[in-house]
Amino acid sequence: MGHSRYLGLLYLAPYIIGLLVFTALPFLASLYLSFTDYGLMNAPAWVGADNYLHLFTRDRTFMRSLSVTLIYVATTVPLKLAFALFIAAILNYKLSFINFFRTAYYVPSILGGSVAIAVLWRYIFAEAGLVNMALFAVGLDPVNWLGDPDLALFTITLLRVWQFGSAMVIFLAALQSIDKSLYEAAAIDGAGKATTFIFVTLPLITPVIFFNLVMQMVQAFQEFNGPYIIFNNGGPLKAAYLLPLYIYEEAFKKFEMGYASAIAWVLFVIIMVLTVVAFVTSRKWVYYAGDKRS
Amino acid sequence: MSAMPSAPPVLDDDDADMRAYVASEKRRERLSAMLRYTALFAVGLIMLYPLIWLVGASFKTNSEIFTSPGFLPAEPTLDGYVKGWQTSTPYNFGRFFWNTFLIVAPKVIGTVISCTLVAYGFARFDFPGKKLLFSLLIGTLLLPNVVTRIPQYILFRDFGWLDTYLPLWVPSAFAGDAFFVFMVVQFLRALPRDMEEAARVDGANSFQTLIFIVVPMLVPALISVALFQFMWTMNDFLGPLIYISSVEKFPVSLALKLSIDTTEAFEWNRILAMSVATLTPALVVFFLAQKYFIEGISVGGVKG
Repeated sequence: MGHSRYLGLLYLAPYIIGLLVFTALPFLASLYLSFTDYGLMNAPAWVGADNYLHLFTRDRTFMRSLSVTLIYVATTVPLKLAFALFIAAILNYKLSFINFFRTAYYVPSILGGSVAIAVLWRYIFAEAGLVNMALFAVGLDPVNWLGDPDLALFTITLLRVWQFGSAMVIFLAALQSIDKSLYEAAAIDGAGKATTFIFVTLPLITPVIFFNLVMQMVQAFQEFNGPYIIFNNGGPLKAAYLLPLYIYEEAFKKFEMGYASAIAWVLFVIIMVLTVVAFVTSRKWVYYAGDKRS
Repeated sequence: MSAMPSAPPVLDDDDADMRAYVASEKRRERLSAMLRYTALFAVGLIMLYPLIWLVGASFKTNSEIFTSPGFLPAEPTLDGYVKGWQTSTPYNFGRFFWNTFLIVAPKVIGTVISCTLVAYGFARFDFPGKKLLFSLLIGTLLLPNVVTRIPQYILFRDFGWLDTYLPLWVPSAFAGDAFFVFMVVQFLRALPRDMEEAARVDGANSFQTLIFIVVPMLVPALISVALFQFMWTMNDFLGPLIYISSVEKFPVSLALKLSIDTTEAFEWNRILAMSVATLTPALVVFFLAQKYFIEGISVGGVKG
């Protein structure tokens, strides 16, 4: 076509400016700040690796927060994906009302990140809340969901698993795109339903499992609204004090911008390493049709 | 409910064994369909009951909220809505909804325009550095916001933008939400190009082609982008929490949090009523436009 080879760049101008000013510059600045002592009032003072050393050797709040975060991600992401896949597999069948169910299950994903839903969670998991009333009705003892350090984090996990809808819709689209003749071939070979699901269905949808896994993980590491609103201060014994809450408090309550940047970078490196691990190992377990590796 | 078991494979009708087999298969299919419905219905009820309860409880009196698990109020009252709407601040929720709109509107419009331009550049042009820029786009898709948040705050402070809505929407107007750009690129790549080439032959330049040929075809994708951005901005809490400090500028997410902090000890129905109020716009939009949400996820693969 007869236009200049730079014309495309003109259309990208907003993106390139935005990338430089709002992403690349802050990204590098935060790495720099993480090696400084910076309280907003003074100029950033270079302190070398002191922030990181302090984090890992003397900051018990950080170690607590880090372990809580890892536990949270390690429970929430697999539970959410397994549930999403389970429901998608049930829906992937000639059922009437499939659209109705799909919509109903998707609603929590739409609303779930809001303050209002976190408020709702406080009410239904309160000591006299809906969940305990339901337990009482079936003859079980009430549970101190929000006050028990062993359960506080789990209520946040439940809040996220409840929002399995968007992962489910992606799974469902993948399941519906599987060539039906593969199932017929499996049936002719005498494979049962469970066998077919494990050896035919699962391998074919590994690309979306991979996609959902990475996306949900990146997101789970950044959970903020739920624990911040449900618990005023990280919950009992800081049991729900995820790293983003700690970063928020250091940066925007205490204005320790250097120290907060160091925590943010620890979190970022964890996310990045896990993402890279997922990508590298994906060559072993993700199936791409036609064996195209991207 | 009418169950629709999937059709059995075509079999030889003369074979009696086969017919018996087909009959038993049909029975099994019916049983399996029933099991599926039961499971779907049970899960659906557990999923949606908290929301149903929320709506019911918002019409209850404070003394009733923590005494019965049912959702129907014994003595329905609008007290929660009337008093909750007034808040304990000099401003009512009307003001907070208007503030939310002042953030949502420029953010949605800016996102749609910038994503269209950038996606068009990526999907229809070749230029030096395209591969690198596209890799960066995918990279920012996975880049956690948490790592850029602090320097962004310092940057916006230096711009004099603290306690204004600018930090909340300007980055989006520079195609800052890589996810949406990616979604529109995917959509554009799947569109046939013959119309665009015909327009070029007729002498239209690339911008005219974009406006008159590409944009009309992009409308469904752009609606999806606008809807997701609308939902996410309505729900956004951390952004306003960091940048907005005057109560008169609070969007509904901050106002609701403020209501919890100031009245929670006893006035539960006000909080629940305002929770319902803040969820209403998102719910209405979702039910009016749900097909765009489902399509949007299926095309781009959405987080959330």
